[in-house]
Amino acid sequence: MQELKRTPLYNIHLAAGAKMVEFGGWLMPVQYEGIIAEHQAVRSAAGLFDVSHMGEIQISGPTAREFVQRLVTNDISRLKPGCAIYSPMCNPQGGTVDDLLVYQLEDQQYLLVVNASNTDKDFHWIVSQQVPGVEIQNVSEVTCQLALQGPQAEKILQRLTAVDLSHIKSFCFVYGAVEGIHCLISRTGYTGEAGFELYFPASHAERVWQAIMATGATDGLRPVGLGARDTLRFEACLALYGHELTDDISPLMAGLGWTVKFNKPEFVGKEPLLKQKEAGTTYQLVGLEMIDRGIPRQGYAIFKEGQEVGWITSGTFAPTLGKNMGLGYVEIPFADVGKELNIMVRNKPLKARIVKKPFYKREV
Amino acid sequence: MKVPSELKYTKEHEWVKIEGNRAIIGITYYAQDSLGDIVFVELPSVGDAVEVEEPFGVVESVKTASDLYAPVSGQVVEVNNEPMDSPEVVNQDPYGQGWMIMVEMSDPSQIEKLMSAEEYQALIEA
Repeated sequence: MQELKRTPLYNIHLAAGAKMVEFGGWLMPVQYEGIIAEHQAVRSAAGLFDVSHMGEIQISGPTAREFVQRLVTNDISRLKPGCAIYSPMCNPQGGTVDDLLVYQLEDQQYLLVVNASNTDKDFHWIVSQQVPGVEIQNVSEVTCQLALQGPQAEKILQRLTAVDLSHIKSFCFVYGAVEGIHCLISRTGYTGEAGFELYFPASHAERVWQAIMATGATDGLRPVGLGARDTLRFEACLALYGHELTDDISPLMAGLGWTVKFNKPEFVGKEPLLKQKEAGTTYQLVGLEMIDRGIPRQGYAIFKEGQEVGWITSGTFAPTLGKNMGLGYVEIPFADVGKELNIMVRNKPLKARIVKKPFYKREV
Repeated sequence: MKVPSELKYTKEHEWVKIEGNRAIIGITYYAQDSLGDIVFVELPSVGDAVEVEEPFGVVESVKTASDLYAPVSGQVVEVNNEPMDSPEVVNQDPYGQGWMIMVEMSDPSQIEKLMSAEEYQALIEA
């Protein structure tokens, strides 16, 4: 068995009482004090996440722009240094290789932030598409990534940096010192809350983590594990690779049509995606609220009047709503908001209702 | 980890308190701690039969669903509604208010197969 990788904050997590689990080849904190308490801390105050397991792939060179434009489905033609864009990256069949953030670092340099479990797959895929004039580098191992999320995030981080954080727009970033360490500071996140993500050399991980935790203690800042990261993104209905997205699921089917730009130059997967757009997809991703008592879980079948019409991709107790919720694919004729369906929970068809997504939206 | 000495245990982390011909059943401190925040509990009804080593209910945390296994065979004579109404009680008081069902045993000799507190302690420390 391959040895599990550890982030530079492994010892800090143990000292904070984290429960560690395997995730995407990494040994990661799933929770510290408890998933629900951590979830609520992010919604009401702030949480600090070690997300150093995420992959970072740097693409540079004179043809980098055209290369990245061809790799992803979203249009990066208006992307500028200092900004980022969310995009799926498709295979030639229109399925999703991964969903990622594309940061434009400089004129000819991009940083692709990819899912931990997909880093190697993505790297090999990107290298297989390589053209002259681009250099591709996997910088995951030397990069620490932290996410500071929640309504108090800006106030906390501002104490540690001279950069005026209020000037950073959504999906944009600046370079600045945090506790004296040179960081890429971006206004991005995966929780449905306001917040930042920081990228900096892994060798300074403990120092930056401890400085943020210390300065945020009086504002209710807590360390948050992958468990609450999942419930937070779930309530915000943000796709998770391996659940709502896979190599066989297209971004159109996942409700990410807004990230597929057919008017831009050629990109991988364009033809099958265009056909899918014209013909329509068979399934649609819907949000579900349980009517009967029970929790829908990934893989559970969805039925309508005894006929199987879909499957659950994610489901749990949603802490902010206090309800058992699910996300799942349902055949289009049965996928309207308000429709009642049955979810097979341990061989029992339990009643659920299709509801609007997202389940949770932050008040702005 | 708390392992009360007067109780019996299964390798699936249920505890059993024997009172005459009846067995009171719950999950251990170790089990609730491993599961994390418990958000759903499904239990049988009074009158239902349970079969030794067969599932009799389900406990779900935020992350996962786990079956509950009957330590003994018999008939359910009492069900504690509290874990179903307020699942967090299982985290807060697994050996007290978080108890789950009481079974009238059909074969009390099955108790002999259960683990002592010392044996269970050794299991969870292994």
